Amino acid sequence: MKWMFTVAALAAAGSTFAAEPAGLLAGYQAEARKSDAAFAASAQRGAQFFSEKHGSEWSCASCHGNPPTGQGRHATTGKAIAPLAPAANPERFADAAKVEKWFRRNCNDVLGRACTPAEKADVMAFVLK
Amino acid sequence: MKPLLLGIGLALASLPAAADKQRLPPDPTYKAECGSCHVAYPPGLLPASSWQQLMARLDKHFGSDASLEAKLHDEIGRYLAANAGRRAAPPGAEPRITQTRWFLKEHRKEIPAGKNPSDCASCHKGADNGIYED
Repeated sequence: MKWMFTVAALAAAGSTFAAEPAGLLAGYQAEARKSDAAFAASAQRGAQFFSEKHGSEWSCASCHGNPPTGQGRHATTGKAIAPLAPAANPERFADAAKVEKWFRRNCNDVLGRACTPAEKADVMAFVLK
Repeated sequence: MKPLLLGIGLALASLPAAADKQRLPPDPTYKAECGSCHVAYPPGLLPASSWQQLMARLDKHFGSDASLEAKLHDEIGRYLAANAGRRAAPPGAEPRITQTRWFLKEHRKEIPAGKNPSDCASCHKGADNGIYED
């Protein structure tokens, strides 16, 4: 929980927090292991989660595109969205508070709820692959 | 002083002044928080009452969760109120810039088929920086 508190505290303070994609993935994985000790982030599960719809109109890929190394396009407004994969866009996953903000908003749009740490870890494993 | 102030008010309400406002580059916080999914629309394109309506339900913003933490919500709300326009509000609980009388008149016959009217940057290449002259 300590890691989550740190992220939450920084997000609440509105500060930016230099992070590294691999460190963020490790943090989500560690969080997921608290309820499932055998959990290991899976790029394959992440790929499926990313491309499938989860009861709402959109999947992650609806706006981010698939593969996530390419430019996305917002499903409603049509605005170009810069690539999600850090390999194609080094600005991604570089600020923990920003990552949490977008998971909060976008998981709500795609799933109608917050994503679990395991889901976040899987998606990050896919996007960092 | 009163006639002078009234005169300034009338001048501000006229079109050239409103157009100048639209040319201002958007506030960095506003652009960062509101310009990811769509262009950071110039605040002068909606009256303050419409911005208030939109800011009051950002968690359900045209079908999407665009919620903000309280500090940013306040900051952006103040920026929009301070820079709002004076034209008539568009109809509905979710006011759309594309349904203002100004937008409809300005863009009649101009939006090519297949273009999304809310995607300003697909025609106005400088829209991300508040430039709409092309």
